Amino acid sequence: MTQVIDRRLNGKNKSAVNRQRFIRRFKSQIRRAVSDAIAGRSITDVEQGENVRIPSKDISEPVIHHGPGGKRDMIHPGNKEFVKGDRVPRPGGQGKGRGSKASNSGEGEDDFTFELSRDEFLEFFFEDLELPDLVKTKLAKLESQKTVRAGYTTAGIPTNINVIRSLKGALSRRIALQSPYKKQLQDKERELEDALKLHGEYEPFVVELKNEIKFLRKKIKAVPFIDEFDLRYNNRVKRQVPTTQAVMFCLMDVSGSMDQEKKDISKRFFMLLYLFLTRNYEKIDLVFIRHHTIALEVDEEDFFYSRETGGTVVSSALELMHQIIEERYPSSDWNIYAAQASDGDNWNDDSPLCRDLLRDSVMPLVQYYAYIEITTDVHQNLWHEYLNVKKKYPNFAMQRIEGVQDIYPVFRKLFKKQAA
Amino acid sequence: MKKREPISTGSEWTFDLINRYDQEIARIAASYNLETYPNQIEVISAEQMMDAYSSVGMPVGYHHWSFGKQFLETDKNYRRGRMGLAYEIVINSNPCIAYLMEENTMAMQALVIAHAAYGHNSFFKCNYLFRTWTNADAIIDYLLFAKNYVTHCEQRYGEEQVELVLDSCHALMNYGVDRYKRPYRLSLAKEEARQKEREEYLQLQVNELWRKTIPLASRGAVEDAEQRFPSEPQENLLYFIEKNAPLLEPWQRELVRIVRKIAQYFYPQRQTQVMNEGWATFWHYTILNRLYDEGLVTDGFIMEFLQSHTNVVYQPSFDHPGYSGINPYALGFTMMSDIRRICENPTEEDKRWFPDLANTDWVKSLDFAMRNFKDESFIAQYLSPKVIRDLKLFAVLDDDSRKDLEITAIHDDQGYQSVRQMLSDQYNLGNREPNIQVYNVNRRGDRSLTLRHYQHNRRPLGDSTDEILRHLARLWGFTVRMETEHEDGSVETTHELVVGEL
Repeated sequence: MTQVIDRRLNGKNKSAVNRQRFIRRFKSQIRRAVSDAIAGRSITDVEQGENVRIPSKDISEPVIHHGPGGKRDMIHPGNKEFVKGDRVPRPGGQGKGRGSKASNSGEGEDDFTFELSRDEFLEFFFEDLELPDLVKTKLAKLESQKTVRAGYTTAGIPTNINVIRSLKGALSRRIALQSPYKKQLQDKERELEDALKLHGEYEPFVVELKNEIKFLRKKIKAVPFIDEFDLRYNNRVKRQVPTTQAVMFCLMDVSGSMDQEKKDISKRFFMLLYLFLTRNYEKIDLVFIRHHTIALEVDEEDFFYSRETGGTVVSSALELMHQIIEERYPSSDWNIYAAQASDGDNWNDDSPLCRDLLRDSVMPLVQYYAYIEITTDVHQNLWHEYLNVKKKYPNFAMQRIEGVQDIYPVFRKLFKKQAA
Repeated sequence: MKKREPISTGSEWTFDLINRYDQEIARIAASYNLETYPNQIEVISAEQMMDAYSSVGMPVGYHHWSFGKQFLETDKNYRRGRMGLAYEIVINSNPCIAYLMEENTMAMQALVIAHAAYGHNSFFKCNYLFRTWTNADAIIDYLLFAKNYVTHCEQRYGEEQVELVLDSCHALMNYGVDRYKRPYRLSLAKEEARQKEREEYLQLQVNELWRKTIPLASRGAVEDAEQRFPSEPQENLLYFIEKNAPLLEPWQRELVRIVRKIAQYFYPQRQTQVMNEGWATFWHYTILNRLYDEGLVTDGFIMEFLQSHTNVVYQPSFDHPGYSGINPYALGFTMMSDIRRICENPTEEDKRWFPDLANTDWVKSLDFAMRNFKDESFIAQYLSPKVIRDLKLFAVLDDDSRKDLEITAIHDDQGYQSVRQMLSDQYNLGNREPNIQVYNVNRRGDRSLTLRHYQHNRRPLGDSTDEILRHLARLWGFTVRMETEHEDGSVETTHELVVGEL
């Protein structure tokens, strides 16, 4: 009559489609949550999932129901002191008849929160940036791993048996287990030899000696040639594909003209570059350099959120960067990436200096240098000077950005190079 | 009774043990004459349980975002440990599908087998509502048909279009059931064949409505205008829309029908919560105790079982912070056990209240109660003064024209009757949901649809009504309005949605 079925092996993601539908439907709310999340995140945690909160009124599924009011009878359990005819004040104003306790009709006003998976989060992150699908998959792909040999284990599958090791083990075990008997055997045999010289073959103690020798031989023979205990298996472990390390320099102009919006755009840009680098390098150092008239190495918090005023001398940042490279990141050990964000303002006298600095000392050291100019005005002199650098170095990218969707073109070259 | 070896002593389960417990439970169930469908017990993981959860217990469901929402919510709560997953989901089908979660201990698996695979199962098979309204042989086929049909529509007309229709239908789902009319039964093959036929036929029907709504000066205009359409108010909104909405495409009508059918399938479950859970709880309690008496389970087993059982039937009192209404498991279990008590050991009071029940065969009497009642009538028939006293039930009158609440009845001699009546009313779905009927279609003019809310006890409609009308208008395609008929017979239009506002 009864049939018991094991369904555990069936797919468990039966709800995946419905989950996707849900996310598609509430895209706009989720997108808002994601961009809030990006603003609040550090560049290095761009890759986690995210808790998303949607006001419950937006996703309610209405049904016809009674509103408050009118007359109704309710039955409740657990009467303690009431008798018929008692009057009790109505709890919580217009609420439902709820005895003396506050009504719990507050439920349903809570926001609906749920966790966006890492993939879903990145999907939204990329969506804004208008990356082509190929690039998206490239960025979203997980680390590849390589299986490498790592000695031997005592457990494993038959195909992995290491014959030489196992037999060596067996041999030493046999030697170890047999040797006490062998030694005794040798002694007895010598004793027997001596005894035979003096006594006859049928002397009782000679017979006994012979029996003992027989017994010892049997013992020695009983030690198995190979035992499960001897088996050794090749061990393989997964290891990250070895890649070299990279350092990413983030340079940003924090002079008075860079407002929070521009900073947010640069942050997106830096995040994308960081994400790209995490795909390719095991270890990434981040160096934040902000500058107005003088440059300073700071931590991420200060980098994005502190406000400075004053003029702009870009060369100060380039100099500092060069100095840091010399001191801490020799280009033989490190892949150096740099991203610079600015609104393009610079002191006129300083721009040629920047050009020379880049061309002569910085560019020869770096893998890639990206400059973004966040402005809607006409190009400033720094832009024109940088054009000269671009001519000389193919790994120098520059882009004028008005909104986040313009960030991608800067990366095109980078990915092209990667594909080659 | 001779003591036997316990079936198992550890808490781990194996497939072998599940089979052995099932055999013993089946044997005991048969000795109490429980009539069941064959069982199909499926062992699943917690994730799969959440999947099953979020598709509202349908083993095969069409895709819709609301199920995704349900899933996310379940998932979140489960992960944070805010709720354990329910022990069981059981599906009213033939064979009856019950799920066991792999994380549970052997004692819990046995509890679920007794509760779901024998308790609920026999209720599904025997209760008159389920016998009349659901067809356990065909439901899986029908759900499969529905899923395929929805997928087919999505491919053909786009997911968005399908979603719009389903959203609107879900909003009206509770009004997609026939409360009184009897249904007829269909198999999958017939369903598919008839679906095509229906498509064409329905379109013709609607054309009929169209023809009549186009003003024709020559026809007997006066007579026609005075006749309402439909001539009698209709309670099944989705049915009315499926048959009469002028602008729906045939496939949209079919979607309306699918939602309506599923609503109808679940309708008996909504009407028998207390009885169904009470029955299943009563039987897991009785069966597992019998296993214990026969020495087939250990002391540890029965302790673990009793602990979960006690949690299930716990009824916090009204002033407890965790109170959220009457626990159907508690009420149902108490009443079922009480019926057995009245049959076996009636007091003088019981003999007065239940002369037909006292000193009868409890198995037969309980079986009769299970087969022929729904929550509302079951409570009206069987709620005994003892249960009212045990649960200390009391009645509160909440009248918005008065400042205070009034306690109108408690567990005393004058109160029993009214508590019983009011609790029965409380489980009457007709009282719980506003009474709304399709009242009229303006066939000569703007084709607007009028619904009428028959008000009871001055209770108004909730604030979601505007939203509901928007969904209704999407299906109907023209202006819709909601009238309220007060108890004194006066009628006012409370909500209106002129199409164009959509």
